Amino acid sequence: MKYLILIQSNPRSLAIWDKMSDDERAAFGRGHLELNEAMAEAGVHVAGEGLADPSLARFVSVRDGETIVSDGPYAEVKEHLAGFYLIDVPSLDEAVAWAAKVPDAANTEVEVRPILDMSGWEF
Amino acid sequence: MGVLTPLEEVLRTAAPQVLGAVVRRYGDFDTSEDAVQEALLAAARQWPREGMPDDPRAWLIRVASRRRIELLRNEEARRRREALPADPVPSVRGDDELTLLVLCCHPALTPLSQVALTLRAVGGLSTAEIARALLVPESTVGQRISRAKRKIREAGARFVLPANFEERLPGVRQTLYLIFNEGHTASSGSSLHRVELSTEAIRLTRQLHARLPQDGEVAGLLALMLLTDARRPARTRPDGALVPLAEQDRTLWNRAAIEEGVEIITAALRDTEIGPFQLQAAIAAVHAEPGETDWPQILALYRLLESVAPGPMVTLNRIVALAEVDGPLVGLRALEKAATEPALATHHRVTAVRAHLLERSGDLAAARDEYLLAARQTLSLPEQRYLESRASRLR
Repeated sequence: MKYLILIQSNPRSLAIWDKMSDDERAAFGRGHLELNEAMAEAGVHVAGEGLADPSLARFVSVRDGETIVSDGPYAEVKEHLAGFYLIDVPSLDEAVAWAAKVPDAANTEVEVRPILDMSGWEF
Repeated sequence: MGVLTPLEEVLRTAAPQVLGAVVRRYGDFDTSEDAVQEALLAAARQWPREGMPDDPRAWLIRVASRRRIELLRNEEARRRREALPADPVPSVRGDDELTLLVLCCHPALTPLSQVALTLRAVGGLSTAEIARALLVPESTVGQRISRAKRKIREAGARFVLPANFEERLPGVRQTLYLIFNEGHTASSGSSLHRVELSTEAIRLTRQLHARLPQDGEVAGLLALMLLTDARRPARTRPDGALVPLAEQDRTLWNRAAIEEGVEIITAALRDTEIGPFQLQAAIAAVHAEPGETDWPQILALYRLLESVAPGPMVTLNRIVALAEVDGPLVGLRALEKAATEPALATHHRVTAVRAHLLERSGDLAAARDEYLLAARQTLSLPEQRYLESRASRLR
């Protein structure tokens, strides 16, 4: 079963990041790299990325067949998605165990969301 | 059911025999498995162009043996090469497939690794095909396989059928069932080019059943797969929506598969010791009978299954059967009691069953709320759609 581990950036996480020394920040980055490798090594890694700043986002909508593109949030948003891991593991417990290894979990918290699949039970 | 092309048929059937011959001769499962995989890929490339060799197995064994030497040569540190016999022509032996299956389902491996390794080493599928079937990246499957082979090496397991291999059969059956369910639960329309895992699981279980006809649970597993898979054409509408058993168009059921499944399970129940797979197959066989469903019979079988192999889902299914026999109110009372178990307390299937029973009892407002709650709890998109549509019908 696939699970998405979501990492948010918010005032709390920014305050912690702000207080970190360069060494601590480097260790934090290494933590993510090592986690990526550990997930790959365990054969559970599907995808994982960090997201660029929300000011670089584009909002896309289609009205009457016309695509309308606008720039990312005009006002500073308090909380935004900063990165994610997509993993394939047998159970929620294992997904939670992987989430606990995300460096951000030690500072704030990360969210684990099950992915809907196409399986079906015969009613 | 997915159908193999003649070339695929030859390659898949030959794969475990070729691997068995090579690994039995040289002993190194790890490198031999890589070499056979490359020989299979080479055959898939060359044979359509140049025609199939007279003896495909011998061709594959020869190419795999050569490839194995090349792989070993690449690792200069290994001096095995010197010890190689001059003219390696390993032969095929009857119990190789069983030996391989037992090895691939080694208890030191995780279920994910067992599935990946079995599909490759016994099923003869490529890493790319397995990745497409499991809907994960190829590198992830590759990692599961190499991890599995490392674990096998570390566990000191060798390519020999253990004397106590019968103790390992429950694990083998479980892995085959896992492969079947991976394929069975996937929607038909999700990808045209997917290897049909349920078809592959049936093929492997059929081989195992042919090798061990006296094993009642292998027979039960094969019958269960055939009977379940027979309903596949009727289980989903073209748009992927689920069709509940009671509403399925029975003319779409695969009669040949049903007949074969019924025949196998009838013989197993008569001749062997009873077990959980046989009971599940027997239930599937009753469901497959023409005419009105014999719910008292299904209820009796679930009661038996609950005593042999208790579990939350068995309890839930027993309650569904009970409600069919004694009415929705009796079912709802039983459900209330069962739902105090932690494993069932917040399970979406309990909520879905409660919704159905409330609907049948006439309490439509409560039924609607339960359908919507179950729709929020499920992890399955088709189930979510189905439950939402049941709820909107009661609006």
